[in-house]
Amino acid sequence: MSVNIMLPTPHKIIDIIRETGNEYTFRIETNAKVKHGQFFQVSLPKVGEAPISVSAMGDGWVELTIRKVGKVTNEIFNLKPGDKIFMRGPYGNSFPVDDFKGKDLVVIAGGTGVSPVRSLLKYFYEHPAEIHSLHLIAGFKDEKSILFKEDLSNFRKRFNTIYTLDKDKIEGFEVGFVTEHIKKIPFDSFENYNVVIVGPPVMMHFAALECLKNGVPEGKIWLSFERKMSCGVGKCGHCKINETYVCLEGPVFNYTKAKNLLD
Amino acid sequence: MGYCVSIKRMNEILKELQKEYKIYAPVRFEKRGRYSDTDLIRYAEINSIEDVVYDEKSDFSPKEVIYPITQALFYFTEYEYMESKIDDKKILIFARPCDINGFRRLDTIFLKNGGTEDIYYKRLREKVKFILMECKEGGWDSCFCVSMGSNKTDDYSLAVRFEDDNILVEIKDDEFTNLFGDEREVEFTPEFVTSNPTKVNIPEIDSYELLKKIYDLDMWKSYNSRCISCGACTAVCITCSCFTTLDVTYTENGKVGERRRVHASCMHEDFTIMAGGLSFRKTAGERMRFRTLHKIYDYKLRFKDEHMCVGCGRCDERCPELISFAATINRLYDEVKKLKKAETTKDIK
Repeated sequence: MSVNIMLPTPHKIIDIIRETGNEYTFRIETNAKVKHGQFFQVSLPKVGEAPISVSAMGDGWVELTIRKVGKVTNEIFNLKPGDKIFMRGPYGNSFPVDDFKGKDLVVIAGGTGVSPVRSLLKYFYEHPAEIHSLHLIAGFKDEKSILFKEDLSNFRKRFNTIYTLDKDKIEGFEVGFVTEHIKKIPFDSFENYNVVIVGPPVMMHFAALECLKNGVPEGKIWLSFERKMSCGVGKCGHCKINETYVCLEGPVFNYTKAKNLLD
Repeated sequence: MGYCVSIKRMNEILKELQKEYKIYAPVRFEKRGRYSDTDLIRYAEINSIEDVVYDEKSDFSPKEVIYPITQALFYFTEYEYMESKIDDKKILIFARPCDINGFRRLDTIFLKNGGTEDIYYKRLREKVKFILMECKEGGWDSCFCVSMGSNKTDDYSLAVRFEDDNILVEIKDDEFTNLFGDEREVEFTPEFVTSNPTKVNIPEIDSYELLKKIYDLDMWKSYNSRCISCGACTAVCITCSCFTTLDVTYTENGKVGERRRVHASCMHEDFTIMAGGLSFRKTAGERMRFRTLHKIYDYKLRFKDEHMCVGCGRCDERCPELISFAATINRLYDEVKKLKKAETTKDIK
């Protein structure tokens, strides 16, 4: 009998970090080799299963930042350190990190979209010699939606950062959507660069258009898609767009491909 | 090699086969049809050859035999979980050529896509052998298998033709030869439908520019009011394979339950909805476009060999709003022709 691709295994929760009122980061024990941008199918028996992207990884653990937003995630929020959570994966492709090395990188992330790029940001934060420069625009709805406060504060030290809230004015944060700050990125001064955009579909759409307006070639833009998935392995059909399965060929897409993925 | 077998003898052979096989065929469920005093024909285990409804098209496809509408993946007890199991018996399915060709599409999704195999599908699929049933001449009104190239197949172990008192049987699989050894030998190979009353033209979509224009066609909007997003078309389709996983607990004991998968439909409003409420393809027209293009464009774009639709026409028969998929394909063909013509005219100007 071949391997059962739908079979999850139990993993111990090592720690739970409260990011906001309804977003917690769960550090989970696993030896899985995870690439930046991949996701797991996370489940609780008798409750259900959902795809969750990896927000950080280390030796013997991964972190999943989860928003309390549905049946499965509501139940996950009742778990305590030491409890077991079920996972299978990691699934999907990843950001082309090797391509990013030695060049300039612009990361534009909105809201929970910061989660899938957090491990990438942490990697270059810990290996500053591997990147020529890193510009980060991170946007949140309001003060209480700000995720990864400690990381954001660290990133200020080594990256060129623009943090922004949709409307509120607080210290250290600009006001307005991430798209409004893209023109501040010195694209002209870059020799060779890439742009990563992750966030809600509307935000990614307009951020990409704004980048193109600022002269960024399509091939330099990378997006990460979010879709409903019941399997994560190309069987259930929920994430299909045209001939493309987001779980298999994605969730990370170059803009030249992403622009043709029309729902 | 062909044989002429009496009904009585065929039933004896079935009895013999049933020691090793579960035998499925289209079966009549009286008064269970969609309208009052109509029957429903769907696949079920048979007890005798007389159970086989050979002279009508089944309302539902045989996919449910190996890809059930609901299927337990795991059983959960308080602190354990276990994989669901299946019966040891092998499976024989009385099937039409279009459906046998349809199973190949299901194989592609479940056994090839993404380079992984779905064991729940595989463990039943590898037990299956087909008994090919001939269709009546030209097929039925809604059939368009010839247009889709799925009117023929050689993927069967036995082929049968039902006559008044006898059944003609062709044996292609040596495993079954012994059972028919004493029967009268005749010349018999099955005949396939070579022309249907319904024909479709498949539009050639050769660029993303054209695809984008197809997305914007007004024709899809007409389905917004007509299609009620019930998913009946995908439920009866031999090639529709989408599912949702669902965890349930048993009413009598909430600590025990199962993870099951249930057929899902891209025509349903909630097919793409994520926790938090974000969804895509919000109108019936957009979903109709998605299904149409999957069946006659992007499946082939991905897997190369053949279109997903086999032209069984069950979706046409089953739609409560009388939307014809064949007509939809032909309508799209005409629209694409217009788009291409407009493009050529523009080039000349």
